Amino acid sequence: MLDDFMVRATLAGIGVAFAAAPLGCFVVWRRMAYFGDATAHAAILGVALSLTFELPVFPGALAIALIMALTVTLLAGRGYAMDTLLGVLAHSSLAFGLVAVSFLSGIRIDLMAYLFGDILAVSRLDLLVIWGGAALVVGLLTWRWSALLTSTLNEELAYSSAINPRREQLILTLSLAITVAVAIKVVGVLLIAALLIIPAAAARGLARTPEAMALIAAAIGAVSAVGGLQGAYVFDAPAGPSIVCVAALIFAALNLFGWRSKLTG
Amino acid sequence: MSLISVKNLAVAYGGHTVLRDVSFELSAGEIVTIVGPNGSGKTSLFRAIIGATEPAGGEISRKSGLKIGYVPQRLHIDPTLPMTVDRFMRLAGKVSSSQCEEALTIAGVPNIQNRQMAQLSGGQFQRVLLARALINKPDVLLLDEATQGLDQPGSAAFYQQIESVCRDTECSVLMISHELHVVMSASDRVICLNGHVCCEGTPAVVASAPEYRALFGTGTGGALALYKHDHDHDHSHAHEAAE
Repeated sequence: MLDDFMVRATLAGIGVAFAAAPLGCFVVWRRMAYFGDATAHAAILGVALSLTFELPVFPGALAIALIMALTVTLLAGRGYAMDTLLGVLAHSSLAFGLVAVSFLSGIRIDLMAYLFGDILAVSRLDLLVIWGGAALVVGLLTWRWSALLTSTLNEELAYSSAINPRREQLILTLSLAITVAVAIKVVGVLLIAALLIIPAAAARGLARTPEAMALIAAAIGAVSAVGGLQGAYVFDAPAGPSIVCVAALIFAALNLFGWRSKLTG
Repeated sequence: MSLISVKNLAVAYGGHTVLRDVSFELSAGEIVTIVGPNGSGKTSLFRAIIGATEPAGGEISRKSGLKIGYVPQRLHIDPTLPMTVDRFMRLAGKVSSSQCEEALTIAGVPNIQNRQMAQLSGGQFQRVLLARALINKPDVLLLDEATQGLDQPGSAAFYQQIESVCRDTECSVLMISHELHVVMSASDRVICLNGHVCCEGTPAVVASAPEYRALFGTGTGGALALYKHDHDHDHSHAHEAAE
């Protein structure tokens, strides 16, 4: 079964969707969308460095994404507004990454594969890495779920309940770096934030509790992965962007439906 | 013995000292109010007590195993975060549905468990925060300007509720408030803070202290200083329940 590249691609897409859903909810709740972008853009630098030193791409991307995320966390609240800081770091790390890739003489690298993903080329080993990473992220978030929610609501409320919001922030930062690293193959660095935010945003109107929102987001993400891959196959379109397109269409449809029922109801 | 003991506490942000030489103790069953002008370090004191800010000097000791119920100044729930009252209450720990209902009833907001937090009125919201703080049967309740955004009858009703709940359960209260005339009558002790402890004592003592008068003025003394809260008339309707 795993011999079929479409089956591997579908499984890879679903794996990433499962990790991205609960994390994406926190990204939306805490208004960290740009933070996701910055971490993802930094990963391209990680890819370039890995290729330079002939190391596997996954650990390289993970390391740089993690460094980026930690840097942002440390610099936050030191004079610059968060979005300014992220704007500087996200785009400069992308630029440095692109320049670094261009210096790679002797190695032919397909930049598009890292910018937009190459889900159809997912190997068995990639699949293992993706599902391993996804399981780690889902496990981390499930373990810390209540503490993360309390920290998201109010810092002082967290401290008074013996929760350290900074440690919880670190858990999110770590999860984000892992998700970025495993999602590069699937949607590429430019569209990872979309996979985090769109399913969570689409799930908002359907959910009454945070847990329901995460589960619905996971379902929407998985449907987007399957639908996007099928669409890409039928229309001969790039697979990663197609997945994001399907997620966006689901978001639009749910919102239109929501407005209509509000107007008529 | 005292539940919370603060000795010579100093708090500084980026080299700027906001609190210095603050000492006081909170005993079991006591209701203590902290008053002070804006920027007097009231919230910094609270942050230090709950462990959100490292003291720059001095020490804070809590009775071991002390359970703190905290009611924040305001709680902003992002509109993208769906949260029912019931789910919010259960974030406080392993509590059953009936415990939630009981705490909400004590706080004066029964039968709203299934509502979304975002749909509550300001008064209901603060009462849910109070219920959440009470649900784990705390030894001490910390209230940081808990009635911001409520009108005067609303906040008076809120503080009366707190007083009656805490006298019943022997829970101590440490609160920050601007609404001196409302809270002082319920307090056993008032601490007047302005970077340091200006004066402290019973409400009557503080209200007549020159340090207090200097901070809050004598011009408004009639309205702002001690107002004996006598129930000369009674409203038969409950403000919050009517919403």
